[in-house]
Amino acid sequence: MSKIKDAFTKGKAFIPFISAGDHGIENTERYIRIMVKAGADMVEIGIPFSDPTAEGPVIQEASTRALSTGVKIHDIFDMVRRLRTGDDAVTVPLVFMTYLNPIYVFGREKFFTLCEEVGISGVIVPDMPFEEKGELGTIAHKHGVEVVSLIAPTSENRIEMIAKEAEGFVYCVSSLGVTGMRSEIKTDIKSIVETIRKYTDIPVAVGFGISKPEQAEAMARVSDGAIVGSAIVKIIAEHGENADQALFDYVQSMKQAVLKAGA
Amino acid sequence: MSEQRHGYFGAFGGQFMPETLMNAVIELEEAYNKYKDDPEFVRELEDLHKKYTGRPSLLYYADRMTKDLGGAKIYLKREDLNHTGSHKLNNVIGQMLLAKRMGKTRVIAETGAGQHGVATATVAALMGMECEVFMGAEDCERQALNVYRMELLGAKVHPVTTGTSTLKDAVSEAMREWTNRMSDTHYVLGSVMGAHPFPMIVRDFQSIISREAREQILEAEGKLPTAVMACVGGGSNAMGMFYHFIPDEGVRLIGCEAAGRGVDTEEHAATIAKGSVGIFHGMKSYFCQDEDGQIAPVYSISAGLDYPGIGPEHAYLHDSGRAEYVPVTDDEAVDAFEYLSRLEGIIPAIESAHAVAHARKIAPTMSKDDIIIICLSGRGDKDVAAMAKYRGVDLHE
Repeated sequence: MSKIKDAFTKGKAFIPFISAGDHGIENTERYIRIMVKAGADMVEIGIPFSDPTAEGPVIQEASTRALSTGVKIHDIFDMVRRLRTGDDAVTVPLVFMTYLNPIYVFGREKFFTLCEEVGISGVIVPDMPFEEKGELGTIAHKHGVEVVSLIAPTSENRIEMIAKEAEGFVYCVSSLGVTGMRSEIKTDIKSIVETIRKYTDIPVAVGFGISKPEQAEAMARVSDGAIVGSAIVKIIAEHGENADQALFDYVQSMKQAVLKAGA
Repeated sequence: MSEQRHGYFGAFGGQFMPETLMNAVIELEEAYNKYKDDPEFVRELEDLHKKYTGRPSLLYYADRMTKDLGGAKIYLKREDLNHTGSHKLNNVIGQMLLAKRMGKTRVIAETGAGQHGVATATVAALMGMECEVFMGAEDCERQALNVYRMELLGAKVHPVTTGTSTLKDAVSEAMREWTNRMSDTHYVLGSVMGAHPFPMIVRDFQSIISREAREQILEAEGKLPTAVMACVGGGSNAMGMFYHFIPDEGVRLIGCEAAGRGVDTEEHAATIAKGSVGIFHGMKSYFCQDEDGQIAPVYSISAGLDYPGIGPEHAYLHDSGRAEYVPVTDDEAVDAFEYLSRLEGIIPAIESAHAVAHARKIAPTMSKDDIIIICLSGRGDKDVAAMAKYRGVDLHE
């Protein structure tokens, strides 16, 4: 199975997020393939949650749309299984981004057994801070799944503790607030990443608020990659089932932007 | 007994917050531990309760209700007589004094029926702090009068249109806003829920209810009650009513959940009766949800009980068997609303009417030596229009 670190072997990484089931799970599957062809180094697949408290309006609406199609966690595992098989199998690392409750109630053992089976390399769970990571850690590790840690602009004295135990990559949250596109990122990301690097050798990628190539390039310049969610979700919201070309072009331009940062 | 995990009540509670807010909740816990026993803080809190809230609240012997039911003696703990008309002020004054000491100049709050929002707006006015309240758009409509009250008090009310446009969405939106701005802002959570330390802080500030009631009943009757009961949404008035009676093993603790149109329908908010263990809104507790952990849309005639979860200490009291939780339907609550109004001349909040309804069921089965204390958590003026509508009376011109 591919590991998260593989995403950081082709220059600076570009990591898009997609809300599974938004406009139908078949479209999600096709869009993931397109994004990987366009240069995505890893894909964050969002398991929609009814009450996503860390998301801004764009991803909240995508979650609502996805759930209204009746998509279940089992359908999402089935989709990943399809992505991982056949001649055109997707080989880049895939991670789930979701909240604790869907994993906990679905059944942690069952969830991570399936992750291992279908080829999910890690999980990102924004409502599980360092103090509570025991909820998933042991079971996830038993199945070879890494639990990604988030570090925020407010983490300060917590960075050392979190970074020392971080695995896969460190998700550096660029700004206060929830997910969503921002015209400007004011946080001193450079100094946060430098602090993180004092305590860990694993890659650091920056997310929250990034939508434009210039922002991705700027973030990748001071880190190992850029994560984009809301901008991708917005393209799908606008184009519905016909987002193929728009998604391809966007992801390609973003990958080129982060590569420029590494050059 | 094994040592309690930090921030947990048995298996329930915890601190399931986004990393962005972790230092904020840690700072809050440190400030609370620093000030809760500080003589100056305690003096200021007690002084405000005496001179502003109007405490101690009365423990009223409901003679006509007792005679009518023909069993246990009924007492009402009159939290409805507090300034702003509910128990919510007990917690808000405490948290706002704390927020001030933490150097915060702005507070945000969620509200369901509007009682907590009104209490927060009131104390913000008193203390000269900026106040913004998040309220489900549907609740804004159900409780339009409270929206205007908050605005009158100088607060800004944000109608929340995400999800089911009710209390749970207001909590989510307040949490999102706190993530956005925490350096000058304290989130005045209104119930014994959310991430640690909120369930502990809110319970401590609300426990004044049982501290007074225990003394008052001993003075009036020379013995402890057979049962104390309260309505439960998130569970703050119930936690306050239970707390000092928990060590008194002979005292039954009864929480009354909103069963809406019945626990056998899809339209209820009976978390203990119908929910399962999950992790949401910062805490591990019971929630109404599906097999994929999607939070269920809940329903109650009472906006204040219309919440899909319950505070973690209640989950613990339920699992350990120390407290009982029973469902009460809309119909039963509305009947009790009218019953108490006519029999005792006290119009209860529709939330509190859930507890009154259950007392009507069990008091007749008890003996005249038994005593029940009902926490009358709020006054019912806010509900009059909705009750008229329920009975098919059109109050509009």
